Amino acid sequence: MISKFILGMSWMLPDQASSYAPEVDNLYLFLVGLTVFFTALIGIAILFFFVKYRRKVHTGIPKQIEGSIILESAWSIIPFIICLFIFAWGVKIYLEQYTIPNDAQDIYVVGKQWMWKFQHPEGQREINELHIPVGKKIRFVMATEDVIHSFYIPAFRMKEDIVPGPNRYTTVWAEPTMTGTFHIFCAEYCGTSHSGMIGWVTVMSDKDYAAWLAGGAGEGSMADRGAALFQSLGCITCHKPDAQGQCPRLEGKYGIEESVHTMSSPDIFKVLVDDSYIRESVLSPQAKVVAGYQPIMPSFQGQVSEEQLQSIIAYIKSIGPAASANAAAKPGTPAPAAARPQIMTTGSANPIAPQSEKAQSNPLQGHDELHYKKP
Amino acid sequence: MNGEPLNYLNNGHGIRSWLLTKDHKRIAILYLISVAFFFSVGGVYALLIRINLLTPGGVFEPDTYNRIFTTHGVIMVFLFLVPAVPAILGNFLLPIMIGAKDLAFPKINLLSWYCYVFAGIFLVVAIVAGGVDTGWTFYTPYSTSYSNSNVLLAGIGIFIAGFSSILTGINFIVTVHTMRAPGMTWFRLPLFIWAHYATALVIMLGTPVLAITVSLMALERVAHVGIFDPAMGGDPVLFQHMFWFYSHPAVYIMVLPAMGVVSELIANMSRKNIFGYKFVAMSSLAIAVFGFLVWGHHLFVATQSVYLGIIFSFLSYAVAIPSAIKVFNWTATLFRGSISYDTPMLYALGFIFLFLIGGLTGLFLAALGIDVHVTDTYFVIAHFHYVMVGGSLMGFLGGMHLWWGKMTGRMYPEFWARAATIVQFVGFNLTFFPQFILGYLGMPRRYAAYPPEFQTLHVLSTAGASILGFGVAMTIFYFIWSLKYGKRAPADPWGAPGLEWRIPSPPPTENFTELPVVTWEAYEFASVPELKEAEAAASNG
Amino acid sequence: MSTIETDTAHGHGGAHADRHPNLVHHFDDMEQQREAGTLGMWWFLLTEIMFFGGMILAYTVYRHMYFDAFAHGSNVLSIWWGAFNTVVLIGSSLTMAMAVWHAQHGNSKKIVFFLLFTIVLGSIFLRVKYIEYHDKFTEHVFPAGSFQWPIVHESNRPNNLGDLLLMLVWIEPLNTDQSASGAVAEKAPAMEKAPTAEMEQGPAMRGEIDRTMQDQSFAGHVRMYFWLYFVMTGFHALHMVIGIGLLLVLAWQANRGKFSKEYHSYIELTGLYWHFVDIVWIFLFPLLYLVDRHL
Repeated sequence: MISKFILGMSWMLPDQASSYAPEVDNLYLFLVGLTVFFTALIGIAILFFFVKYRRKVHTGIPKQIEGSIILESAWSIIPFIICLFIFAWGVKIYLEQYTIPNDAQDIYVVGKQWMWKFQHPEGQREINELHIPVGKKIRFVMATEDVIHSFYIPAFRMKEDIVPGPNRYTTVWAEPTMTGTFHIFCAEYCGTSHSGMIGWVTVMSDKDYAAWLAGGAGEGSMADRGAALFQSLGCITCHKPDAQGQCPRLEGKYGIEESVHTMSSPDIFKVLVDDSYIRESVLSPQAKVVAGYQPIMPSFQGQVSEEQLQSIIAYIKSIGPAASANAAAKPGTPAPAAARPQIMTTGSANPIAPQSEKAQSNPLQGHDELHYKKP
Repeated sequence: MNGEPLNYLNNGHGIRSWLLTKDHKRIAILYLISVAFFFSVGGVYALLIRINLLTPGGVFEPDTYNRIFTTHGVIMVFLFLVPAVPAILGNFLLPIMIGAKDLAFPKINLLSWYCYVFAGIFLVVAIVAGGVDTGWTFYTPYSTSYSNSNVLLAGIGIFIAGFSSILTGINFIVTVHTMRAPGMTWFRLPLFIWAHYATALVIMLGTPVLAITVSLMALERVAHVGIFDPAMGGDPVLFQHMFWFYSHPAVYIMVLPAMGVVSELIANMSRKNIFGYKFVAMSSLAIAVFGFLVWGHHLFVATQSVYLGIIFSFLSYAVAIPSAIKVFNWTATLFRGSISYDTPMLYALGFIFLFLIGGLTGLFLAALGIDVHVTDTYFVIAHFHYVMVGGSLMGFLGGMHLWWGKMTGRMYPEFWARAATIVQFVGFNLTFFPQFILGYLGMPRRYAAYPPEFQTLHVLSTAGASILGFGVAMTIFYFIWSLKYGKRAPADPWGAPGLEWRIPSPPPTENFTELPVVTWEAYEFASVPELKEAEAAASNG
Repeated sequence: MSTIETDTAHGHGGAHADRHPNLVHHFDDMEQQREAGTLGMWWFLLTEIMFFGGMILAYTVYRHMYFDAFAHGSNVLSIWWGAFNTVVLIGSSLTMAMAVWHAQHGNSKKIVFFLLFTIVLGSIFLRVKYIEYHDKFTEHVFPAGSFQWPIVHESNRPNNLGDLLLMLVWIEPLNTDQSASGAVAEKAPAMEKAPTAEMEQGPAMRGEIDRTMQDQSFAGHVRMYFWLYFVMTGFHALHMVIGIGLLLVLAWQANRGKFSKEYHSYIELTGLYWHFVDIVWIFLFPLLYLVDRHL
């Protein structure tokens, strides 16, 4: 907590309201110190030379100096080492910011032009305001209805873009460490009211939060809503015990691995049944077909809103195995998760080559892979 | 005018002789006029931005403000920063500095200017027809499927501007390779040339990728189908990768030539060869190469893979080192120099100081953990304005002062120039330093309105912007004034060793009456006749 | 040591009579001029590689993601026409090389002949592309406007040489052969309304993007394949048109005797450009036409 002790600096720092915020500020202040140091070093040197070596003889030629290998080495290598140090520290913080812990509670976020919509698993819905408990790890599962937005809470030092697409959820996490009310901003330009897409997150003590939850919705939890949608949208007509084996059963599926193949290739590979996979299955069912089943599921794109989709996921999670939603993959199991399709890999994790059982670390995997590793 | 010797300015009169010229110097002047025009437009838009941000609620409608900042960005990036130093100073000086009569392809040079003008016209039309509101980065799917603005026109304008840039780049590379005077070996070239050579490499390899990216985006917008909108199967992040693959190297297009200018300023105004000449020359090439490997640092929070983020972060630190090398070498050059207090030196020192801060704040952004917090905030805006305005603009203005006499035959007024420099320096820092603080406090960029607690810093920033604007206006004013009333410039006002100082001010159309044969090293001050004679006189008397 | 010394070896100052009539004033000799031109053209081609490279990158990404859809789309293309065009274009590179050879030997008439030959072959290539594009329109696989799924494949290949010649010169392509790939079942409704006059208003704002359609589906990915097909071959065709324009100018100039053994750079440089355009096609053809094809 170095930063707390640097006098006079706190006015230029936001509240440190998350568990990793102080670390971010520590690196920041180190860099500020480094910047001040080198700026002063060069600035004073320049000024000193400027004054001391002022031209006196209009036509004099000073003694020319070619250079110095020693100096060149010194001022290449030393800055590089300093840079390596900063780089490593930055990586450490980054991994912490983007490694979702296993025991986080979910908050579902939908960004759309130009508002933030939140859903608590317990059922509360909020718009532009979010209440969360202090001291608990919160995982934000986020989607956008239209363009790219970015969910930013400066006090948490937390930000990530939310990119539209049928098979991606963006997830970030934070553990609030102080109660209070803090800004929420959209940090990726999204159109006319981009600067109006702001809100407040209120971090409350456990007691206050429980009270707030209790005073809330009355329309049931997200899982309840999801169950209702499961009926009203007709999912239940197929995904049920006596469906003559047409559709895979969904009980107990959340968080485990499923064998799938793409629509036109029989090669089977494994994916993790997580939020992104379910989303893709609803919006783009032909991308991955569960092994042994026909690709007959229709797409629900346009018929289910982002919030409804999140409720359905909450429902499926609620009928999932007892293990936590972020069940860690066993070490050594195949890597490809149903992650956001990255640039060089696919949502369907390379249907061309059959995946073998051995662990293949794919350096181009998305964030999700880290989410399921034990920290 | 009677009695005035024949030079490139009076060699041929009338608008046709200018609009159809093949003389690289005249083309440089054509660029100067058009670039100055667009810079002024972009500058006005900057002031509009700052006016809007005086109050938390904003002054303009958000939609208007969005168009204002987009216009500012597009004009400043594509119509000022990319062409300014290369197309004005580079065009004018590159052939002279290497001892050639012109660039390799004079007609293509003229064509590049016409491309620039057409690009400008397209962009002006886009602005007048209502503007563009996507930000200069045109992220999809907003730009392809949601924006109600003249994206297509702007895209075409940018495409044509890219062509202008590419044509200049080809000219520079071929000229440096094939038209150096006898004796002008690679390591006798002024560092200005090395910088422009490296810039031309970046232009050639990067700009075509921008061209195809902008084309694909514009086509997608018109055809309602494509590869960047997820609703149609595409990936918005692919657009970002392709866009930044050019746009990151582009910032080196914007800064490398200015660094070349700074080398000339420091050397000439301190009468010393640049300390570590070879290192500075090679660092330009290193920046050009490494600059292509870091584009992913614009996507750290854009759902790019964490592993990719780590790689790009590392490479981003690698690209910082060659720039640091330059700064150290320039500082070392001043040691035991004979330092003039004239305006070009002031700009050089301003550049070093401001670019240093800008570059060091780049280290903040390259640190993954910090970038998560400050990306897309005013911290980034402050960073790039420090390097682009504190860096590139100062370098450009310094070069304009150093070579103004050579180009126009008139000297600028030294007193007012120094005053303007200081005004600009103060104004600049007041404008952008508060923005570092704003950014870390969480103020996002591209916001038309903001929470009230940020107002003080914004007001300071706007105050600074007015001062900076005033300072720049001073410069423009006295430059124009000097054309009629400035002192006549001698061939060599500075006692400088480059080939450009051995020919009259302004130079004759063919540059050299006799082909030079170079037998001296770069920055060999003993080769300057004035200085050589004085040394001889001093040692004799 | 510092005064600018004259160098009369290059014959600048007083030897204007020695200068080749085609030597421009800022070069010292023809060799420098030639070298500069060649280097310039190679650098320009490098920028073109980056330009097409961007397209090929995008194509590679999506082909990897949607391989099956791309294979399906690729099989709709006429490999016959593609192969024919490849042969034609390679042939045109040969005739271009012949033109350059004759330029190096100063045979103006032969230069003109081979330039015209190249132009003819290039035009045949473009004519075939027109036939192919027309087919795509009638099959409703043009991605913007009236893309229809499933695709009813109508091929227009000629059955014999006579048909071929007729198709090459006739204004409208003939329907000489029809075969459907896949059921001629009910056509899926148009996936997208045609673009309206207000081009610049974002389609989402006008509510035009029909997001209930399965754009994410197989059909949508096939449509993306065709988008890339048209963009890539379209830019390539544009470069061919420019090339043919240059060749026409050169043929005209050659006919008037402008070129000689010592001065024919423009023909060589245009030859470089033409070969480059040929090479781009050599990449495009297997990438676009040969996805998952088997003998």
